[in-house]
Amino acid sequence: MIVRRVWPARPTFEGSPHEYDTIRRELLRALDMFAGDREPRPSPSGVFPPINVTQDADRFYVRAELPGVVASEISISALRNRLSISGKREIAREHERASYHRRERPEGTFNRTLTLPMPVDADRIEARYAEGILTLTLPKAEDAKPRQIVVKT
Amino acid sequence: MSNESRTEMQRVDGTMSTGPEQTRPGPVYMPAVDIFETDGAITVLADMPGVKPDQLEIDLRDNVLTLTGRVGAAPTGETDVLREYDAGTFFRQFTLAESIDQAKIDAKLADGVLRLELPKVERAKPRQITVRAG
Repeated sequence: MIVRRVWPARPTFEGSPHEYDTIRRELLRALDMFAGDREPRPSPSGVFPPINVTQDADRFYVRAELPGVVASEISISALRNRLSISGKREIAREHERASYHRRERPEGTFNRTLTLPMPVDADRIEARYAEGILTLTLPKAEDAKPRQIVVKT
Repeated sequence: MSNESRTEMQRVDGTMSTGPEQTRPGPVYMPAVDIFETDGAITVLADMPGVKPDQLEIDLRDNVLTLTGRVGAAPTGETDVLREYDAGTFFRQFTLAESIDQAKIDAKLADGVLRLELPKVERAKPRQITVRAG
């Protein structure tokens, strides 16, 4: 299957991404109500895999929904504030006499690049794959962290 | 690859609803499935990322197969930067035309993919009938 990108491939974090996301989802949901069907359609983001990014004071957490992917088929690279996740999802061929009733699960290659709000320490990125979810922990680069400045009296 | 793994089909906020309501609030998604049949069995493969084996319920009664998988909420203490998917419940039902041997059903959940083998009962299997000349 071919990579299909309905929305910009590189979400940027300037402005108010969350708000934009919410509006986008609401809009797509409204459109769906018109169509009135319950058949599978591309996810609101229109890209594979869907990714969530969260942060705390020291780290970014990137979680991608990648069910049924072999961990060794996932490749992750990071440079300063750019992160890219690519790989391949293959669906095993079944019994040759099997007759299919439904075939909805997507397969093929995927490639996503994200621009994070600040640089990360690429050497200390950790990746874990469990229950079909890829979780990356990316420590924020020390030199990019905001400093607390004590005001002397 | 387009993502068809998740279809938001019902939200309990009342904007869309089909069938009986869930008791737990939260979005409900339709997992993408492959279903194929061989002489001996029907196999269902469903993409349910984030579902742990103890959060998955498989129910078969009156020829209706129900799959329900819950995904736990994300850890607290983190703030959102980008959100493309929500945690919710995967839910899907199928009506099976064949009689299934309930005792031999086998379910396996690995890497977010459920593989459910539903063996057909013996009498439902097609038999080869040899026509003899004479």
